Amino acid sequence: MKIRGRVWKFGADIDTDAIIPARYLNSSDPLELAKHCMEDADPEFPAKVRKGDIIVAGKNFGCGSSREHAPIAIKAAGVSAVVAKSFARIFYRNAFNIGLPIFESPDAVDAIDEGDEVLIDTKKGTITNLKTGKQYPSTAFPPFMSELIKAGGLINYVKRRVQN
Amino acid sequence: MTIAEKILAVHSGRREVRPGELINCRVDVVLGNDITAPVAIQEFEKIGIKTVFDRDRVVLVPDHFTPNKDIKSAEQVKILREFARKHKLTNYFEVGRMGIEHCLLPEQGLVVPGDLVIGADSHTCTYGALGAFSTGVGSTDMAAAMATGEVWFKVPESIKFIFQGEKLNPWVSGKDLILYVIGKIGVDGALYKAMEFAGPIISSLSMDSRFTMANMAIEAGGKCGIFAPDEITLEYVKGRAKRPYTLYESDPDAEYTAVYEIDVSEIEPQVAFPHLPENTRPISEVGNVEIDQVVIGSCTNGRLEDLRIAAEVLKGYKVHERVRAIVFPGTQEIYKQAMKEGLFEIFIDANVAVSTPTCGPCLGGHMGILAKGERAVATTNRNFVGRMGHPESEVYLSNPAVAAASAVMGRIAAPWEVK
Repeated sequence: MKIRGRVWKFGADIDTDAIIPARYLNSSDPLELAKHCMEDADPEFPAKVRKGDIIVAGKNFGCGSSREHAPIAIKAAGVSAVVAKSFARIFYRNAFNIGLPIFESPDAVDAIDEGDEVLIDTKKGTITNLKTGKQYPSTAFPPFMSELIKAGGLINYVKRRVQN
Repeated sequence: MTIAEKILAVHSGRREVRPGELINCRVDVVLGNDITAPVAIQEFEKIGIKTVFDRDRVVLVPDHFTPNKDIKSAEQVKILREFARKHKLTNYFEVGRMGIEHCLLPEQGLVVPGDLVIGADSHTCTYGALGAFSTGVGSTDMAAAMATGEVWFKVPESIKFIFQGEKLNPWVSGKDLILYVIGKIGVDGALYKAMEFAGPIISSLSMDSRFTMANMAIEAGGKCGIFAPDEITLEYVKGRAKRPYTLYESDPDAEYTAVYEIDVSEIEPQVAFPHLPENTRPISEVGNVEIDQVVIGSCTNGRLEDLRIAAEVLKGYKVHERVRAIVFPGTQEIYKQAMKEGLFEIFIDANVAVSTPTCGPCLGGHMGILAKGERAVATTNRNFVGRMGHPESEVYLSNPAVAAASAVMGRIAAPWEVK
């Protein structure tokens, strides 16, 4: 699969409270959460973001709480992928489990600016900055996780196992 | 193997595991709360299985926005309540019986040494204090584990922190040790890793302080924080444990990616400045920081030892006229014991508000939200932008003694300025 989108750039250690503040967690409705996505990092973001856009951020993206509402809000806001230098552990699992494509690539992050157009080849794991034409590799997923992707996420994987 | 590796090996039915291996583990307890469980329950329903893997091992604690702060929160809790009834869960904790989940589960003996626990709450790492492997996950992982009783893990590498010295400096507790560590290694210094705490200082450290330390392993990005159980652990577990337990410890030749030796004589009470827990400073280097609110409590520092220390500092004083101070005991049992010991009298005489157990203010949910430009000193675990209210408010993290002294002085203060 190929993902193409315009970039919103964020710094290091973007925490889950910045992605979706706890004051909105009395709802788990994805569209409701999307209205406040990244609000405490950039109050304009929910209004500015367009379907297909890509978030590019520094190290430790998604640190803090285990709230799955964070990747849910990002996905429901229309963001097609997140590229970061590294991801916090629970966010990494959650993004994976709900089907939000994420890519770890310090070099790509350094070479991509806000507003750039980026093309991600999910199969090859490459990230291309269409403005400069330069391509960057991302860290490969462990084989088990690729299996989960193939199954259509953790719930489908478990569903199949339970039925067998 | 390390203690973390041993527990993972046993729960995956293997004799040995190595860091980096992907393994499927049997879980002893699956935990969720009023924010994460509604999503997990929705995902669980999609699996199409009749009931949970074990009705005694799925624990639901509505504690974040309870007592229900608004209609939406009440609806969320209702989802948990109805699920608990439908599946006849033995461990659903309603208001009046509940507590902040990570204070409650160990207290009720629902987690025991040697367990493997997952919880849809990042501070699930707290139970490492008991010598259990426990870690936070999201709602979908919780759903899958509720259905199968299993979860997949990448075996983490371990980092060892050895606390050397004879005794802690005055007013230094577990909170300062863990803030010091986070200040040293950063908020991703232990990313994906198990943090093992050891050394002579740990051997004499109270359970409450150990819970505080394990609790904040996630603030360094850790997968878990873990202590080898000892006599202090057994003393705590005795009379509480609802199940048999197993004691594990790391082998002398266990492998670590890093070993830190820390001399506690250089550790004074620590304060983490906004907006990351790694922005720590010793209390002597804080300067003049005026404050509006003090919060003492949470899954980090809402236990009896914490309340006793706060009361010791506050006794005979009044909270500064500009400051609101709020105490949140962790559980009903802690609440009752604090009351029996006369701590509430000290708090109330000092003009401190005492609340029923809730996570409320720690995550900016309710019961103590900050306005624009306000500052709080809190014994909680995170000081991210907007964590306790308005995005332009500030949270400073400290131990209960510093928080109590700050309440009296109206600025961040050392306990010895009061006592």
